[in-house]
Amino acid sequence: MSTVTSSTRTGAPRARLTLRQKRRLSLAVQYALFVAAVVAVALVADWQTLRQNFARTEIAAEMFPEVLTVALKNTVIYTLSGFTGGLVLGVLLALMRLSSVPPYRWLAMAYIEVFRGLPALLIFLFVGVGVPLAFPGSTIPGGTVGQVALALTLVAAAYMAETVRAGIQAVPKGQTEAARSLGMSSTWALISIVIPQAFRIIVPPLTNELVLLFKDSSLVLFLGVQLGDRELTKFGRDLASTKANITPILIAGLCYLAITIPLSYLARRLEARNAKATA
Amino acid sequence: MTAEALPHDRADAAIDVRDLHKSFGDHEVLRGIDFSVARGEVVCVIGPSGSGKSTLLRCINLLEQPTSGRVLVGGVEVTDPDVDIDAVRRRIGMVFQSFNLFPHLTVLENLTIAQRRVLRRSKAEAAEVARVNLEKVGLSEREDAYPAQLSGGQQQRVAIARSLSMGPDLMLFDEPTSALDPELVGEVLSVMRELAAEGMTMMVVTHEMSFAREVASRVVFMDGGVVVEQGPPAQVIGSPQHERTQSFLSRVLDPAATPGPHS
Repeated sequence: MSTVTSSTRTGAPRARLTLRQKRRLSLAVQYALFVAAVVAVALVADWQTLRQNFARTEIAAEMFPEVLTVALKNTVIYTLSGFTGGLVLGVLLALMRLSSVPPYRWLAMAYIEVFRGLPALLIFLFVGVGVPLAFPGSTIPGGTVGQVALALTLVAAAYMAETVRAGIQAVPKGQTEAARSLGMSSTWALISIVIPQAFRIIVPPLTNELVLLFKDSSLVLFLGVQLGDRELTKFGRDLASTKANITPILIAGLCYLAITIPLSYLARRLEARNAKATA
Repeated sequence: MTAEALPHDRADAAIDVRDLHKSFGDHEVLRGIDFSVARGEVVCVIGPSGSGKSTLLRCINLLEQPTSGRVLVGGVEVTDPDVDIDAVRRRIGMVFQSFNLFPHLTVLENLTIAQRRVLRRSKAEAAEVARVNLEKVGLSEREDAYPAQLSGGQQQRVAIARSLSMGPDLMLFDEPTSALDPELVGEVLSVMRELAAEGMTMMVVTHEMSFAREVASRVVFMDGGVVVEQGPPAQVIGSPQHERTQSFLSRVLDPAATPGPHS
């Protein structure tokens, strides 16, 4: 009896895989590949050498607390000063870009094109080396902080100007019309009605800009800075050279991520909240 | 055009429009409008979309710059290049189809911001005026709400109160109920009805024929950038003389109210 049943089964055309079975098979293959890759890396890598070069705990321990109290602190100071300067100059450029006076528009457009088109490193070199050469005897006020703030401001302003302009233009025209209908001057309408709404729109992209600036502050590496002015990258690299070991770079990298990952997360959250608010 | 087109002394008019033309590029939207509104009058402007009625309204407080012609508001020539337009606009309330409340401010702040910036009223004084007007539109309890927390009808009532808080001589309404769900239209119209009863000079661009019939002292029918016909509502809506008015009204009026094949 049973043999009959089994023979009819095998004799029947084989049922093709159902959709669910296909999906399971595909997932199983992908997981298998992933596990194989992890196992291969684990077997091939020379863990001893890697640990020696990248994760020497005694070197890492030596970096504290200066990596936080000096390096990270300076990175934050440079970034925030550049961000603040960039925002002020960026708003100014955005308003010039939207001005009804053509020369203002041309000037703002030229600035934005030039500074978005140049590598940030060139601007750092220009500020650090070019300015003292071009204007002998003059110094940029604020020492290293002043130099870095200026360089980052110049870089950030070009990007932020476009962000701010897009934000201002994203505020519905009816808002200005309502304000003007109430007798407000165009300046008041801009300041009290349009710009506050524009900023709400551009907070997520500005947060992303802050993340970029945070990383760009590492270009201080190419300026001669004193010990107390070193930020994360310079600090990590100097120590990496003296110790002939990569561990300090790894620690510096972790410090960057400790700031940039939460910031990026925040930017995404704000973006999602804005999307919901406008829906 | 009917003979009684100018039923009052134009020198004393709240709004006086003379030979107004407005073009957007090659497209001439207004082709010579002569039109006026007397103080205390409620004028409803009706007509098909694209007839230029909203453009006419927006030319009166210069949200649109007329191509040629003159606009006088309370005897002041708005179209004079030397006029202080902010000072003129202060006296003209404007209510928009899309409300245009300031979404980053509370209801009370929406009503006080222009009073404080433009009229230089103190915070307390501005709030007092605002509360009187909020009560008038029946929204006293919502002064701390943000616009997004209000229904469309409530938002439009706040917008009316915002205009009233500036103490305007006249009010312009640009299709104030067109963006509303049908069940919210009534609350806005009843606020406008009260305003009319208090003697406010109003110019209302609208598709609400029953409102026009009931509240308007005069109905103006526009088509193709000109005033085709105007007069008392009973005349223009009840027995329109012009063929274009007739065909427009037969299209917009409730089919049940229109004698014809529908019934």
